[in-house]
Amino acid sequence: MIRGENLSKRYGDMQALAPTNIQIREKAITAIMGGSGSGKTTLLRLLSGLEKPSTGHVWFGDEDIAAIPESRLYELREQMGMLFQYSALLNSLNVYDNIAFPLHEHTELDEEVISTIVTMKLEQVGLRGFEELMPSELSGGMAKRVAFARAMSMDPKVVFFDEPTSGLDPISSGVITTLIKDTSDKNHMTSLVVTHDVHAGLSIADHVILLWQGTIIAKGSADDIRNSNDERVQQFLEGRPDGPIPFSRSTTTYLDDITHKPGTVRLEP
Amino acid sequence: MSESGMNQAPALQFFGRLGRRALCSLEQLGDATRLGAHALSLIVARPWQGKHFILQLYALGVGSLIIIAITGAFTGMVLALQGYYTLAKFGSESLLGAGVALSIIRELGPVLGAFMVIGRAGSSITAEIGIMRVTEQTDALEMMAVNPKQRILLPRIIATAIAVPLLIAIFDVIGIGAGYVVGVELLHVNPGAYVAEMVAKVTMHDIYGGWTKSIVFGFMIGMICTYMGYRSEPTTEGVARATTQAVVIASVGVLIMDYILTSFFL
Repeated sequence: MIRGENLSKRYGDMQALAPTNIQIREKAITAIMGGSGSGKTTLLRLLSGLEKPSTGHVWFGDEDIAAIPESRLYELREQMGMLFQYSALLNSLNVYDNIAFPLHEHTELDEEVISTIVTMKLEQVGLRGFEELMPSELSGGMAKRVAFARAMSMDPKVVFFDEPTSGLDPISSGVITTLIKDTSDKNHMTSLVVTHDVHAGLSIADHVILLWQGTIIAKGSADDIRNSNDERVQQFLEGRPDGPIPFSRSTTTYLDDITHKPGTVRLEP
Repeated sequence: MSESGMNQAPALQFFGRLGRRALCSLEQLGDATRLGAHALSLIVARPWQGKHFILQLYALGVGSLIIIAITGAFTGMVLALQGYYTLAKFGSESLLGAGVALSIIRELGPVLGAFMVIGRAGSSITAEIGIMRVTEQTDALEMMAVNPKQRILLPRIIATAIAVPLLIAIFDVIGIGAGYVVGVELLHVNPGAYVAEMVAKVTMHDIYGGWTKSIVFGFMIGMICTYMGYRSEPTTEGVARATTQAVVIASVGVLIMDYILTSFFL
C-alpha cells in the first residue's frame, strides 16, 4: 500500500535519510526502529506526506504523494491517521471535540452518532467520562490515549505512530502498545510504528526495519532481527554503549580537545 | 596580500553580508507573498471557513475595542490641547475642530490604530500560530485532512483586513469626540465654529485616504503576523523571536506604507 522508492532527505548539508527503498506491508504492523537521529521520524514524515523528499517517490497505492496536488493529498489523508510523539491535541478543544474533530470535518453524521462513536473510542482507550477535560488537564499518558482515539475516529486504513510510548510509564506504555496491536489486528489496518523502544517494537511488529545514520541496516520479522548476526543490530537490541555504533558523535579526539591542541578547540573565547 | 587588498577585505565582507541579508529578505518577502496568496486562493475552496472567520473577527475586533477607544480618546484630547496652544498664537482657535479631525482621519487614526492592533492582536496571532507549530498541531491538522492554510491563516488574514478599518473608524469617531470635549468644554472654543470648520474642511477625499490606508494596513498586518507565525522555527525561542519580528516588521511596514499612500493621496 505504501512504498518509498529511492527516498532521501537532506536538510542543508545534513543527510537525514540516505536513498532508501522501503515497502510497508498492507494490513500488518511495521516497526521502524533505531537510535536518536537515525532518520526514523524523517522517514515517517516522508511516508505520511508531511515532508517532501529530496529525491525519490512515495507511492500510496498507485499515486505518488510527493508529487500529487495538495487537494488530492488531503483526500488521501482521510484514509490516514497519525499519533504524534507529543500527542498534538488541539489545545482549544476538549477531549470530546478533539476526538470528534475529524468526524465533524469529513462526515455528515448526526451529532448523536458522532457522540456514540466518541464514547466508543473513549471506552476503547479507557477514558470514558473524561470528555469535558481540556488537553492541559491531561497527563502525558492520557493525552496519548486521547490522541490514539482521535487517530482512530475515522477508522483509517493506514495509521502512523510516532514514538507512541516515549515519555510514558511502563503501564501506560503497555496500554498503548496493546491498543496498537489489538486495533491493527481487529481493523486490518496498516500500521507504521516509529520507536526506539526495543521491547514494544519487537513485541507488536510483524515486520521490523532498523535504521542507523539514515540507512536501513536490517529488516525482517522480529525473530529475524533478534537473531541477526549484525553487530550493530545486536548492540542496539542489547543497548550496549560499546560497539560499532559509537556513542560519541565527536569528530575530534577527546585528548586533543582537553589539551587545547590548535585546530581542535571550538570554544568561544 | 597587498595592504590595499587587506583593507578591502572587511569592506567586501560587509557588502557580502549586506547582500546576503538583502537576498534573504527578498526571499522571505516572496515566500510571504506566495503563502498569503495561497491562503487567500482557498477562500473559494470548501469547506467554508465562516465560523472560524467570525470567531477571529470577534477576537480581533471586539477584543481590541477597549484599547482602541482609550487610544483614540487620548489622542483626540492631546491633539486638541496641542492644537489649541498653536492656533491660539495666530488667533485661529476656531480651526481646532478641522485640525483635530484632519489629523486623526488622515494620519493618526490609521497609524495609531494599526499600531494598537499589531501590539494587541498581531503579536497574539503570531504567537498562537507559532505555538501550534511547536506542538505539532498544524501537522495534526494536515494529517486529519484539514488544510492549516485554509483553517488557520485564511480566517485570520480576512478578519484582520476587515477588523482594522472598522476599529480605525471607531478610533476616528472617539478621537474627534474627545477632541470636541477638550476643545469646547475645557478650552471654551465656540462649539458652532468647531463643528462648522470641521465639516467645511474635511472632504470625502480625506476620508477615502484614511479609509484606504486602514484597509491596506489591516491586510498587511494579517499577512505579516500569520506568515511570521507559520514560518517560525518550531522552538520556544523561535516563536518568541518570530513574535518580536512580526511586531517590528508590521510596525515599520505600516510607517513605510503610510508614507507611500500619503504621497498618493496628498
